[in-house]
Amino acid sequence: MRRTALLALLSHWRTRPLQLLTLVLGLALATALWSGVQAMNAEARASYDRAASVIGSARPSLVSPSGAIDEATYVALRRAGWQVSPMIEGWIGDGIRLIGLDPLTAPPDSGAGIALSDDPLAFLTAPGRLLAAPETAARLTDATLPPVTAVEGIPPGVAYADIGIAQRLLEQPGTLTSLILIDTQPLTRPPLTDIAPGLTEQTPDTATDLARLTDSFHLNLTAFGLLSFAVGLFIVHGAVGLAFEQRRPLFRTLRALGLPNRTLVTLLAAELLIFALISGALGIVLGYLIAATLIPDVAATLRGLYGVPVDGTLTLRPTWWLMGLGIATLGTAIAAAGVLWKLAKLPVLAPARPRAWARANASTARMQALAALALAVISVATATFGSGLLAGFAMLGALLIAAALALPPVLGLILSAAARTARSAEAEWFWADTRQQLPGLSLALMALLLALAANIGVGTMVSSFRLTFTGYLDQRLASELYIRTADAAEAQRLETWLAPRADAVLPIWNIDADVLGAPATLYGVVDHPTYRDNWPVLDALPGVWDSLAAGDTVLINEQLARRENLSPGDQIPLPGWTATVGGVYSDYGNPTGQIMMGQDTFIARYPSADRTRFGIRTSEPEALRTALINDFGANPSNLTDQAALKRLSLQVFERTFTVTGALNVLTLTVAGFAILTSLLTLSAMRLPQLAPVWAIGQTRKRLAQLEVVRALALALLTTLLSIPVGLVLAWVLLAVINVEAFGWRLPMFVFPADWARLTALALLAAGLAGLWPALRLARMAPARLVQVFSHER
Amino acid sequence: MNAKPHDKPRYRRAQDRRSQRVFNALYRWAPPSFQSTRWWHPIAGPGVGPAIARRPKALESALGKAQRSLQRRSPGSAIAALLATLLALTPTLAAPQGFAGLGTEAEGFAIPERRPFDFPADHGPHPDFRIEWWYVTSTLTAADGTDYGIQWTLFRTALAPSATDTWDSPQLWMGHAALTTPDQHFVAERLARGGIGQAGAQAEPFNAWIDEWHMRGPDLNNVNLTAQGPDFAYDLNLTATTDFVPQGDNGYSVKSSEGQASHYYSQPFYTVTGTLTLPTGPVEVTGNAWLDREWSSQPLSEGQDGWDWFSLAFDDGARLMGFRLRDDILGDYTAATWIDPDGSPKPYPNGAFTAVPGRTATVAGRTIPVEWQITLPDRGVDVFVTPLNDQSWMDTSFPYWEGPIYVEGSHTGRGYLEMTGYE
Repeated sequence: MRRTALLALLSHWRTRPLQLLTLVLGLALATALWSGVQAMNAEARASYDRAASVIGSARPSLVSPSGAIDEATYVALRRAGWQVSPMIEGWIGDGIRLIGLDPLTAPPDSGAGIALSDDPLAFLTAPGRLLAAPETAARLTDATLPPVTAVEGIPPGVAYADIGIAQRLLEQPGTLTSLILIDTQPLTRPPLTDIAPGLTEQTPDTATDLARLTDSFHLNLTAFGLLSFAVGLFIVHGAVGLAFEQRRPLFRTLRALGLPNRTLVTLLAAELLIFALISGALGIVLGYLIAATLIPDVAATLRGLYGVPVDGTLTLRPTWWLMGLGIATLGTAIAAAGVLWKLAKLPVLAPARPRAWARANASTARMQALAALALAVISVATATFGSGLLAGFAMLGALLIAAALALPPVLGLILSAAARTARSAEAEWFWADTRQQLPGLSLALMALLLALAANIGVGTMVSSFRLTFTGYLDQRLASELYIRTADAAEAQRLETWLAPRADAVLPIWNIDADVLGAPATLYGVVDHPTYRDNWPVLDALPGVWDSLAAGDTVLINEQLARRENLSPGDQIPLPGWTATVGGVYSDYGNPTGQIMMGQDTFIARYPSADRTRFGIRTSEPEALRTALINDFGANPSNLTDQAALKRLSLQVFERTFTVTGALNVLTLTVAGFAILTSLLTLSAMRLPQLAPVWAIGQTRKRLAQLEVVRALALALLTTLLSIPVGLVLAWVLLAVINVEAFGWRLPMFVFPADWARLTALALLAAGLAGLWPALRLARMAPARLVQVFSHER
Repeated sequence: MNAKPHDKPRYRRAQDRRSQRVFNALYRWAPPSFQSTRWWHPIAGPGVGPAIARRPKALESALGKAQRSLQRRSPGSAIAALLATLLALTPTLAAPQGFAGLGTEAEGFAIPERRPFDFPADHGPHPDFRIEWWYVTSTLTAADGTDYGIQWTLFRTALAPSATDTWDSPQLWMGHAALTTPDQHFVAERLARGGIGQAGAQAEPFNAWIDEWHMRGPDLNNVNLTAQGPDFAYDLNLTATTDFVPQGDNGYSVKSSEGQASHYYSQPFYTVTGTLTLPTGPVEVTGNAWLDREWSSQPLSEGQDGWDWFSLAFDDGARLMGFRLRDDILGDYTAATWIDPDGSPKPYPNGAFTAVPGRTATVAGRTIPVEWQITLPDRGVDVFVTPLNDQSWMDTSFPYWEGPIYVEGSHTGRGYLEMTGYE
């Protein structure tokens, strides 16, 4: 009996393969976006753990404020009994972190032993060997570099070399970056100040800090994944609803034949479970493809925005296979729960009575309106009283769902208003019929609303960000040339050499230090119009540049100001003294704090700072650049011009939002698909309603035209409604989420041209989706329409 | 855009111990003759040749094992890596020897030749030889009658026969220090690169050092000797008035019938005063010390499982150095040198000296004979040696047993015992 019943139920799909495809594809798409995002997150997190395993990074070390330690200091410390191991760090190739180490003194459990396991002589003596993970090794192709040995398990973007070899590659002979403190120290050793007074002990951050730093980014991705999944569920809901609608006569027959209602519901649930598993598997494959395509951009984003090294490769993890299947099943359950529940509750013969469904829908609509109101209240409350990233996302979620739930009632009101303007019987019928269809289309329209709102919101944020960032780069990168000298002596020579040749030489001297318990960079700047005219100051005391030059105040960046809740006039404790905050400036693309002070103050307070970087103002950057290289003898790799720097910064920026853009497009595609499935569902159900109109004289062609117009009208209305929702979304992203995630607030700009483009896109999608059922109607045999009247219903 | 990934400090004692086990695994695969800290001993006479053919296979295993354990990224420590270097690399580079040193060019390394010592220059390093050491053992007594012993060793290993003043230098250094009390045994080990001044040796004024450890003085007969670990330290002054004692044929010490040899001299007559620092506090001590200086480029032949080496200082002023090389194939091999109180040496051939193991003790999971019956009939020696501390285990990259001993029987005195190759 059960078997026969199941076969009868399944036979439905054999006659409607397209419907089956819709169901499977919708679920697969939803699962794909969800699991793709999860895979990217998991991959990035795994990379953090590997990054934290970089030799020496897990231990306390001795560092110098200037960033450089003389090799002689290392030997002096060892000869005094300090068990330390030397390290030098720098960059080679296209941004690969080179770590020079001494495998003999490296911590015994650091893994440095791999350096000597193959050919110790080759590793220790010129030309040396580079050790890197296979992916990193593939990037180290420069012929001037030592031969590379690929070793599995080395963190991404890192190459190891012997300390002496690394010093040569980094052109810093006799210099070290840090000294790793070994766990076990001997019985007695003199105090550090006796041997190396300039050095301080530094306790490193943890991998969890990396994860925390990038949490906001992952939360962003996860939110996108969830949104896509939700949109996908609308499709499934539509497809399941259609299948149930079309099988109502079958259900009635089966029930009349004596199949218990419980068995029928169980069989339908089993049928859906089968589809869920098939679509889930398909979705995982698709998700893998999505993740594999997008992960290089995710990696670039994390590298550019947070300086976190992430592999650009993807590993299949069994956990997300299982998670993908689980989420597909769960999604199907959510999407089909309502229909199954209705089926279980309705009386035996009710399924054949359309009004029973309609009434159930009416009460649902009331519930929806109430829920929308409640969620809107929650959203406003979160915005008013909540704080933090999670509150921001909660607010965002409540806002979006409220908007989606409010859509059908609002559309209903608009359509009633439109109906009152109708002057002909055809127009009146059109509006009334559109309203009548609203419950069936509402889910698809909600999906469209969400996708459009997300698109507008994220688009506005990205464009605002880009506009602000470009302007900020113009202000911040005011100097035409940037140069780094090898040492302080060359720096002095450079200043003398440049004096008659450049408009101004602006030292960019800095030192890294802990400020209020977090790493920050301290800068000393000269008093020059370049800063007064260009610096992106957000808020400042009057006459801040004069007081800065006089040493009375300091400027801090927005991140620091927001994190520590500082505003102009407040006191800030700095290493060695306490300063007054004179102003706050914007500093995008940098997660750490910055403090800027007058150069005289800076040199007096921090004599050991790095004094090798300069900005050069000139009206002829090209000529000066050539002269610097040819006449002064500057190393071309230490010279950067403004244009190149801006190009690089913008490149990083663009890649940062590639992922967002790609997910945006995918979400919109899913929404378009949702409309198509909904219209297909309706077109089948609407035959009884269209047949009388046809019978009283309307042509099939006219009816089909009206069908397309209806789809377009609904899409247009939804798009128009989605614009304010999208703008609120953008505001939340800019003013709440970004501040929490990155520490900076961006001004909001609106881009009406984008909305027009999006509206056109939505109309195109709706038009295409409406065209198919309309064409079917136009070409329908009149006999089928006539049949409606003789039909059993 | 400049956040740097870092990690919190973690204490990883458990991993350190695992690293030790990895090394032990390496060690078992290595050719037996390389399991000793002392690769050569003053053997004059027939060697143990025919096992050389076995070398490549053993070596392959050693390398394979080393690489496998290192690739697993289980604690592939620098020490284990150096071990892999010392254990595995050296034999590959060493060409098979011809008879009496013929055809023994080993990758450009210098080969020992018969020549008189050139002091003080020979107290300094010989970087064109593959391996060299400054090896001091000392038996000490405190005012309250408690006996102690210390060991201080500086090894030099060259990956290539050259030396520079930069990181490029292929000279590597290793220091071992130990302090033995009746119920405790403290060990420390240091590794260092040559070329940058972290470790090294110079002849005049004499200085040999690694990190803060040193053996330093105006000359090698008047030196200050210091070393420390996390839980012990010593600071001793060593003085001798007699000349250095050449071993073997006037310092040319032949090791096997195949011609392996080394340059080898000793100073067995130091008197010592100084301070030991124990967890309980400082202890003033006096006693005797024995220095071995040796350098070569050729590893020993391969028949031996390990050896038992004795340096005995008798109360009547005479000294006896003797050892037993354990060999599965050819049978045990012994050799000895008798040194009169005035410093004149007399070498003895195989069989003249005997060493018979007695009581065993369980040390670091191994069964090791800690009491011995020693005879050298030609000098009327028939003595019984017992250790100050059964557990004198050197838990270093090359683990071995080395500690102070008492001598009773026909002669009385104290001395040092080194035993390698016990599994």
